[in-house]
Amino acid sequence: MSIVTIQLGQCGNQIGHEVFNAICGDVHGTHGLCSKKENESYHDACKERFFREEESEVPVARAVLVDMEPKVISQTLSTAARSGYWKYDGRSHFCQKQGSGNNWANGYSVHGPKHKEVIMDLVQREAEKCDRLGGFFTIMSMAGGTGSGLGAFVTQCLRDAFPSSFILNHVIWPYGTGEVIVQNYNSVLTLSHLYQSSDALLVHENDVIHKICAQLMNIKQISFRDVNQVIAHQLGSVFQPTYTAEGGLHYSRNPLGDLMEMLVPHPEFKMLGLRNIPQMPENFLAYSTFSWPGLIKHLRQMLIANAKMEEGIDWQVRPPCLGSSIPSSHSTNKPLHFNTSVANLVILRGKDTHSVDLGSFRDPSLYTSWLNPQDAFNAWKTPRSFNKYEKSAALVSNSQFLLKPLDSVVGKAWNMFASKAYIHQYTKFGIQEEDFLDSFTALEQVISSYSNL
Amino acid sequence: MGRSTAGGRWGEGGRAVGKPRPPQRRPPPPPPRPLRRRGFRAPSSKEKAAAACPAMTQSVVVQVGQCGNQVGCRFWDLALREHAAVNKALLIDMEEGVVNEILQGPLRDVFDSKQLITDVSGSGNNWAVGHKLYGCQYRENIVEKLRKTAEHCDCLQCFFIIHSMGGGTGSGLGTFVLNLLEDEFPEVYRFVTSVYPSGEDDVITSPYNSVLAMKELNEHADCVLPIENESLFEIVNKIHQMVNSGKLGSTVKQNSMITSSTGSAKTAQEKPFDAMNNIVANLLLNLTSSARFEGSLNMDLNEISMNLVPFPRLHYLVSSLTPLYTLADVNVPSRRLDQMFSDAFSRDHQLIQADPKHNLYLACALLVRGNVQLSDLRRNIERLKPSLHFVSWNQEGWKTGLCSVPPVGHSHSLLALANNTCVKPTFIELKDRFMKLYKKKAHLHHYLHIDGMEQSCFSEAISSLSDLIEEYNELDATKGGPRTDPSRLKIAV
Repeated sequence: MSIVTIQLGQCGNQIGHEVFNAICGDVHGTHGLCSKKENESYHDACKERFFREEESEVPVARAVLVDMEPKVISQTLSTAARSGYWKYDGRSHFCQKQGSGNNWANGYSVHGPKHKEVIMDLVQREAEKCDRLGGFFTIMSMAGGTGSGLGAFVTQCLRDAFPSSFILNHVIWPYGTGEVIVQNYNSVLTLSHLYQSSDALLVHENDVIHKICAQLMNIKQISFRDVNQVIAHQLGSVFQPTYTAEGGLHYSRNPLGDLMEMLVPHPEFKMLGLRNIPQMPENFLAYSTFSWPGLIKHLRQMLIANAKMEEGIDWQVRPPCLGSSIPSSHSTNKPLHFNTSVANLVILRGKDTHSVDLGSFRDPSLYTSWLNPQDAFNAWKTPRSFNKYEKSAALVSNSQFLLKPLDSVVGKAWNMFASKAYIHQYTKFGIQEEDFLDSFTALEQVISSYSNL
Repeated sequence: MGRSTAGGRWGEGGRAVGKPRPPQRRPPPPPPRPLRRRGFRAPSSKEKAAAACPAMTQSVVVQVGQCGNQVGCRFWDLALREHAAVNKALLIDMEEGVVNEILQGPLRDVFDSKQLITDVSGSGNNWAVGHKLYGCQYRENIVEKLRKTAEHCDCLQCFFIIHSMGGGTGSGLGTFVLNLLEDEFPEVYRFVTSVYPSGEDDVITSPYNSVLAMKELNEHADCVLPIENESLFEIVNKIHQMVNSGKLGSTVKQNSMITSSTGSAKTAQEKPFDAMNNIVANLLLNLTSSARFEGSLNMDLNEISMNLVPFPRLHYLVSSLTPLYTLADVNVPSRRLDQMFSDAFSRDHQLIQADPKHNLYLACALLVRGNVQLSDLRRNIERLKPSLHFVSWNQEGWKTGLCSVPPVGHSHSLLALANNTCVKPTFIELKDRFMKLYKKKAHLHHYLHIDGMEQSCFSEAISSLSDLIEEYNELDATKGGPRTDPSRLKIAV
């Protein structure tokens, strides 16, 4: 099954490009430390998922590029073509000239309806080129105008046009100390709208990735390219082929569907966080050895202590004993700072994955009480290692990971809204105060739901 | 010396924009002419590969009055240097003197002599003459010329008006054109660079002209970048001192000063105001750099307007450009880079007499060009944030942009735009100087005898300015006070 990627805005296009690079780099650059047969299987599955063949040329990414100004797309297209390993379809993009001016309303209410037909036409064409469509993966930032506003509109259109397809939105959370002054407004509007049309939101926070670049990757002068490459690596670790069942004979054919089924049991809970370990500069890899027990232990603690990366993990945080009387701030018996999960998915790649003990992730005390613990946890595996890491483990988690960031963004947006600052910029393009209020209400509901886990 | 209005644009041909004219079939767009494709260069293979992507947006520069034209010419000079090619521009002129000089000089190919509006007399430092008399007289002509220019733009995004506030043409006719632009091209942004008069201005009526113009700026501009000659003068002096002091270990790179014209098309002797005008020209170049060149985080003009204008009338942006010059050594230690950021917030780098650091920020934008990384930008924001005061509802109010291409002669540069209450003193002084004249009704008759001018024009103008000052006062009152965030929405669980 194939996934159609839709890259929206500057951020979406820059990241999308790195994702396809990472996937290609993984497939071509390493032999996976496994059998030749396994490697070929992996290669084929990956190709079918993300690329299509075009006659005698390099594989073409199954992607639609959308932006409201031309510079980023033209750079993305040409850089990809230069790689020699893959490229974009030269006609599979749409851009305008003016940009969206960081204005969600401009992206959603003006550009969206105006260009709906052209954009959906491109998506339709790309979808038709899939033997079997596995769903849509959209990449966008929340802070700007195109990715956020037009992205929300396009997601709605996808839902209308493909009611039974899976839609996963990859959303970039901006730096807390602004990149865009109205980013909190744009974020609130984006999240509330995506929640209605999307199946799940997979979030990456710029602040977190920046720290990974600084502290784990030892990069001194961090650029957006560095940030995007780390993000791409993390996404690759989730979406490269895996076996979803023990003793499975073939690589999963329905990655998006499987993901949704396992992680989003209830439509009120759609926020997914991502962790991937180990993460280090390439030249360190030769000197490092990893053990599965070590990796699993770290990953689990990162989950329950809500650690954003493999450094500075708080080992004091422990899951509660069920039925105990530990004082807590919630009506449930979970202690403070403990990250409660709805559902978790662990993805293991590399040597000896068949022997890994994942019992610690099945501990019922990690999860909210209304889901059967057996259903709350799943694991995908492949003996084929990913991108030069002999062993790597990724965690996709539907938990309270994003509760604090969400609360922070909504709080700041509300604070600004109370003063009515910048509202005239939105009403100018058709988004009224009532629309803002609806969005705030929707997100307070999500916050409340996650808080009460 | 002439009084004139002039305009210029870069970009290629295409369909018309603006208010719909009586129904007529638009001619099909001309076939793409390679030399004009993306701004100034002939298309590279990269551009050919992206042939299906439309060219970028265009801006039209409208230069009004003596000051406006002198700055404008500096701008075109430097813009050409940045893009290293020649392109067409529009020139509307009020006096023959300036035009003739330009048409004979090295920039003659830039300006199309067919697009002129000239008049011999000038405006006598009288806003009413510029705005009411000439406005009325030349309205049709100006609209016609503007339409023609706009028609050549594939996608017109912004008008830049350059003028001074204290005189007659720049101030009066300039603000008249501003009104016109709003009527005829409501969708297109209007950015105005206004040179405010100093206290010792030799034009006695400059306070009248400025306040009358302010009302127009309040009501019809999207963004105003106020400039004061005193600040430009101080910056020029500062650079001269540094260059001549011999204190620096290394030498200053010749064409790297933001005051220099070296390497530009101009070969004649530099006029006394050239250095100061170059600074303003550089401001405009930096403002538009992200629209013209690539970068990892683009910052277009519509984004500037969106992020820096929280309330419609509070659209006055204090600007600073750093560094003022580059030293000859190639390696830039990060200490020097950090200094560039610090300087952007210092009093003596602002282009008006203002101190943003000790006043209240409503919003701040940083546009970095050249060899500066994201981490440098973020580190400096974190470093400088604690010493700045931001309004309670915009505590993290930063807008940032990263453009890969630095200005000519520099390896990196920074443009800071601040929506800050530090503009207030400038406006208060202006109001005071106005009132001093107005109370005695000094020189009023020169204005009132112009058709269309009445006493109410003056009272409305000063009222508009007072209201603006009051808005800033209200914001200042919140500074340093206790912060109580509004309580959040409660929803039923």
